[in-house]
Amino acid sequence: MSPNRHSMQTPIAPWQAEVVADILERYRKDATRLVQVLREIGEALGELPGKVLAKVGEELKLPYARVAGVAGFYHFLELGERARYRVLWSDNIIEHMQGSVALCEEMCRQLWIEPGRVSEDGLVSVGVTSCIGMGDQGPALLVNGRPVTRMTRERVGAMVEAIRAGAPAESWPQEWFAVDDNIRRRDLLLDHPLKPGAALAAALARGPAAMLEEIRTAKLRGRGGAGFSTGEKWLSCRDAPGNARYVVCNADEGEPGTFKDRVLLTRYADMVFEGMSIAGFCIGARQGLLYLRGEYRYLLESLDAGLSRRRAAGLLGCDILGVAGFHFDIEIHAGVGAYVCGEESALIESLEGSRGVPRSRPPFPVTHGYLGAPTTVNNVETLAAACLIAENGGNRYAAVGSGISTGTKLISVSGDCARPGIYEYPFGVSVAQVLTDAGASGTQAVQVSGPSGICVAPDEFGRRLAFEDLPSAGAFMVFGAGRDMFEVARNFAHFFAHESCGFCTPCRVGTSLVSKLMDKIGAGQGSPYDINELFKLHRLMQSTAHCGLGHSACNAVVDTLNKFRPAFEKRLHSLEYEPAFDLDQALSQARQMTGRDDAGAHLGNEQ
Amino acid sequence: MTPVFLLDGEAIPFTPGQTIMAAARAAGRYIPHLCWHPDFRPHGSCRLCTVKAGEHFAAACTLVAREGMSVESRTAELDDKRRTLLQMLFVEGNHFCPSCEKSGACKLQASAYELKMMSPHFDHFFPDRPVDASHPDLLLDFNRCILCELCVSASRDVDGKNVFAISGRGIKTHLIVNSLSGQLADTDMSLTDHAAGVCPVGVILKKRRGFAVPIGERRYDKLPISAEEEASPPTRLPNAGPPPPRGGPSEAT
Repeated sequence: MSPNRHSMQTPIAPWQAEVVADILERYRKDATRLVQVLREIGEALGELPGKVLAKVGEELKLPYARVAGVAGFYHFLELGERARYRVLWSDNIIEHMQGSVALCEEMCRQLWIEPGRVSEDGLVSVGVTSCIGMGDQGPALLVNGRPVTRMTRERVGAMVEAIRAGAPAESWPQEWFAVDDNIRRRDLLLDHPLKPGAALAAALARGPAAMLEEIRTAKLRGRGGAGFSTGEKWLSCRDAPGNARYVVCNADEGEPGTFKDRVLLTRYADMVFEGMSIAGFCIGARQGLLYLRGEYRYLLESLDAGLSRRRAAGLLGCDILGVAGFHFDIEIHAGVGAYVCGEESALIESLEGSRGVPRSRPPFPVTHGYLGAPTTVNNVETLAAACLIAENGGNRYAAVGSGISTGTKLISVSGDCARPGIYEYPFGVSVAQVLTDAGASGTQAVQVSGPSGICVAPDEFGRRLAFEDLPSAGAFMVFGAGRDMFEVARNFAHFFAHESCGFCTPCRVGTSLVSKLMDKIGAGQGSPYDINELFKLHRLMQSTAHCGLGHSACNAVVDTLNKFRPAFEKRLHSLEYEPAFDLDQALSQARQMTGRDDAGAHLGNEQ
Repeated sequence: MTPVFLLDGEAIPFTPGQTIMAAARAAGRYIPHLCWHPDFRPHGSCRLCTVKAGEHFAAACTLVAREGMSVESRTAELDDKRRTLLQMLFVEGNHFCPSCEKSGACKLQASAYELKMMSPHFDHFFPDRPVDASHPDLLLDFNRCILCELCVSASRDVDGKNVFAISGRGIKTHLIVNSLSGQLADTDMSLTDHAAGVCPVGVILKKRRGFAVPIGERRYDKLPISAEEEASPPTRLPNAGPPPPRGGPSEAT
């Protein structure tokens, strides 16, 4: 495949060429590392101009359009010129409730800029991004990729001053960047005093087959939401034909309202690495890959340091802990802003340097995964739990929980409660119990497992968090009595429209149509017809979309409609059909051009 | 004995590993589709070929046939869904059939007639997609792109050129060409490329070929697309290798 002949002649500044060459060299000009290469170049140059993409294409022997197509997919690989300070406010409904919208407007006003645009002098841009995993300490934002938590009006003012003064973000007050763990309840996992190497040594002593059997005895199931049996996954992967095998840790914690993996990776990284090593030992893999969501990029250096410590201690590398022939190492890939990459096959596409578009399945990753080889993709929390099973055995683990759902689950609690943060419970805890422990009262609704999950109303607070009742990836967003559930659903609709990968028709167009319908209803222009349209789109996306994101993109809207119908109905303009086209609004440009705004310049305002 | 599955009650023979779509087409049966093409690995993006196997919905182009499987295709329920998918494609782009050179030979238009789509139903998005007339022999009208990626596959797999690729995400997903300027003239695309003739809609048009076949006498003017396709089982390129029976959107590196 020939790279484009025209890109051969593009000039690139010498200092840029040097930076690019250095990064490409570090990745051994491996085209499957394209996403990492582009991320690092973007960070180093502060921009990703076309001629640099062309250079990358030449060196990696990829067509320019493919490089540009990959770069154009990811939110954080902004093409073209970037501002010196890039501010992205977390746009989840939880932060809205914490006042983020007004604070973002205030920041734009003080900086004299429009949201989403780079200022004329190239100094600053202010925009929004999907939930950054700081719901327990919001309003939060990212400045050049680093999270700043607990934003207030005062902090906005101080930040605007720092930006205007051109002070490098590294020199800003350290307390702005403080991220608290907020661990509120500990159980099996968070109470476990892991000595690095102890769980791995226990697994090695058991042997690979017996260790895998313990995982099956423990009835461990995936903690990322789908709840697939971990033992069966490892077994299928181990038995799939192929020379190389891979362990992938899915740390692309993108479901809005979830932040438990952030805490595990901050405080319990050794358990996660050790769980990956145990998985590698069981299935016969030599290589592990940890896919870290772009919003947690700030953890990369400490995680890399953790890996170095483990290598120095003989816990990664060759003949680990003296077991001849057990070689295993871990590499971290940082994502660059794409919720869909939490889907395991999209994650693998991204690891391979492609656009994060989910694959058609079957075949599944356990037989055809990373680079076509058998691959087990497991959630951060699942892998950490494997350490407990290695040390204490499957039976002890299975004894905790609800019987069907064994062990414990980390819950990320945010929203209207006194004590947001991380709560670890044995499976089977009731919604009401979590609410009580978190200090929530007068709760109107809880969104369990994020926008693709289930909206639970008070009459269901007796339901239990477990695979057999309310399965959850960990998000637990609490909405108090005064909250407008329509706005909750609208926020989630916008989220899916923003995060759809765009591959299949129903999700690409459907999420945008749903988003527009919600805006129409929100603007008081809706009718029962529009509500029926929402149901119809939900059924279509559920049955025809290419992947789980599309299937579940309307769950929250439909759930809220079913359980909080009055929140929608009070906004309906009439009980008849209403067109989305607003005749009077269509004249606004003409009014602006003619400078008129009198009664005669308006249409149809008699109602 | 050749294994068979049932397509709307009719027995369709298949070879192991073959998809529902490939087997149906080989047997001269039509399942509505836009992004599927016999020369390329299944793409599965348009979802028009969604069928029902038991209680499960799946794209016929990626669903592998199994002995005794009972597959529903042309039911009112599925055709309703297909019609809505077509309406989505129509409002997402800018499709003005009466002034389009591809009218009568366009799979999107023909499918809309086939499925009795009477209106676009949804509000139009009216995206701003400038045309690219830079190339001496070819015109690109992105307004009509349905993101089937057939040109991407044809240029990559048959022409060995990689002229086309997909960029953006979500509703902003769009076709791009392989040049820094973004112009087709600056790529190595040529009139004789396989990619120049593979577009099922009116994005890639040959210049100076307007109305070579008069409107009314074009491919789908004479027969509905179902009858037209059933009368002409798929022929594959002589130099196209056997496409893998199933795959995904994974781009070749």
